[in-house]
Amino acid sequence: MLELRDMQVWYGGIHAVQGINLKVGRGQIVTLIGANGAGKSSTVRAIAGLVKGLKGQILYTPHSGPTVNLAGLPPEKIVAKGLALSPEGRRILPHLTVSENLELGAYSRKDKAAIAEDKEWVYSLFPRLKERHWQKGGTLSGGEQQMLALGRALMSHPDLLMLDEPSLGLAPILVQEIFETIKRLNAEDGRTILLIEQNAYAALNIAHQAYILEVGSIVLEGPGRELRNNPKVREAYLGG
Amino acid sequence: MNQDLFIQNLFNALTVGSLYALIAIGYTMVYGILRFINFAHGDVFMVGAYFIFFTVNFSIIPWPLAALAAIIGASALGILVDRVAYRPLREAPRISALISAIGVSFLLENLGLVIFTGLPRPAVQPAWLVDPIIYGNIRILPLSFVVPAVTAVLVLGLLFIVYRTRPGLAMRSIARDIETTRLMGVSIDRTIALTFGLGSALAAAAGIMWAMRYPQIHPFMGVLPGFKAFIAAVVGGIGSIQGAVLGGLLLGTVEIVAVANWPELSGYRDAFAFVLLIVILLFRPTGLMGEKMEDKI
Repeated sequence: MLELRDMQVWYGGIHAVQGINLKVGRGQIVTLIGANGAGKSSTVRAIAGLVKGLKGQILYTPHSGPTVNLAGLPPEKIVAKGLALSPEGRRILPHLTVSENLELGAYSRKDKAAIAEDKEWVYSLFPRLKERHWQKGGTLSGGEQQMLALGRALMSHPDLLMLDEPSLGLAPILVQEIFETIKRLNAEDGRTILLIEQNAYAALNIAHQAYILEVGSIVLEGPGRELRNNPKVREAYLGG
Repeated sequence: MNQDLFIQNLFNALTVGSLYALIAIGYTMVYGILRFINFAHGDVFMVGAYFIFFTVNFSIIPWPLAALAAIIGASALGILVDRVAYRPLREAPRISALISAIGVSFLLENLGLVIFTGLPRPAVQPAWLVDPIIYGNIRILPLSFVVPAVTAVLVLGLLFIVYRTRPGLAMRSIARDIETTRLMGVSIDRTIALTFGLGSALAAAAGIMWAMRYPQIHPFMGVLPGFKAFIAAVVGGIGSIQGAVLGGLLLGTVEIVAVANWPELSGYRDAFAFVLLIVILLFRPTGLMGEKMEDKI
């Protein structure tokens, strides 16, 4: 459903992403792993329309309808097409309530009744958010904020859910919870997910397909479990 | 000061304060989102007053509709100014937008001179608003009730939009984090246009009511009220709508009270606003209702 063809990102003179080819199939969890500064975030930010110096093609095939090139579209158009990004660092609006944060996530939609339904669904996914629906986003704990960020991205009813480092800064028990949720969203709900992670082990465990990024280029790709057992990957990313 | 005079002054203060508040809201809303001062805002206030002068005198539509037309016209002007003079500079350093705002301000004032001429014109004053109500020794213009009441309705309407509607949610969200808000599907340009439209509509409403109280309109009438409303916005805490209202009312009160108590100082009337600004900022650098200083990254 999504295919990057020779996608490049330039920040001024810096070639942050040096022509990557990547495919996300419908119903899959695809993960992009790599060290800090490898270009993972730049890649998803480019797909979401946040990057200016973009070259190459971002081909997206929606559920129904022809394939379109997303390169050059503004972020608000891209969300409306069904791609949601939960950005790195969660980026909860701290002065808005939990409920308002979720409603903001549904801004690209007009169907009021379905939005309300989805909100209840997100609350059922994360009962903690329901308990705190009137609280300001800034007063939540890190784990709760991550749930809110995930729920907010889901509120746009995305075809493709992109998660940028959802485990960043969370306690191990919470990391496990988040990964469980991602797995469930894919298995039970049929959601297609593009997952950016530094926590390579956890990501490779749940991914159907994985890409490894080093200094702006993809150096290895294959099914998640296969890469997990690859000696080079074990040495570089899984601590031997 | 006897009681009659007190009541009269109270209403005067409320009236002038309401007008400052209405203008101040436009400064504060634009600042809250774009972090720059729209110096052309006072001139939109002036244009609002001219618009109603023309819609009333050169058409047959009844007064309330003429006022509405003037407000819509000024609102469109505010959106146009943003589109032409500020939007192309969104990625530029903030100082460029600021210079552009000063340019637009001069442009509107001098266009006013060319189109409307510098000759002050008499404002339209519906009799039911300016025939004083006399009660014992108290003389109060109906305007003194109407202006605060209209202001209250407009402010409540604005707060409803900002706190209870989706575009309002987008405005509050952009003020904090533009990039994340875009990721949620909000069009920045449309939301900013709405902000300019709402702020300009309120400024025009203030311009119309101002012209009824001080019934002379001229191309530079927006300069001083604009500056003072800007002060009101800063005093209240720039970025905060409630703060702008509070700052406007406070400024109106200070002016009226000072002049009423020390008539010999009435020549310094305008100076009070600036003294108030300095004193409050010395003690509360972010204004009465301002949040802690936060640099946008």
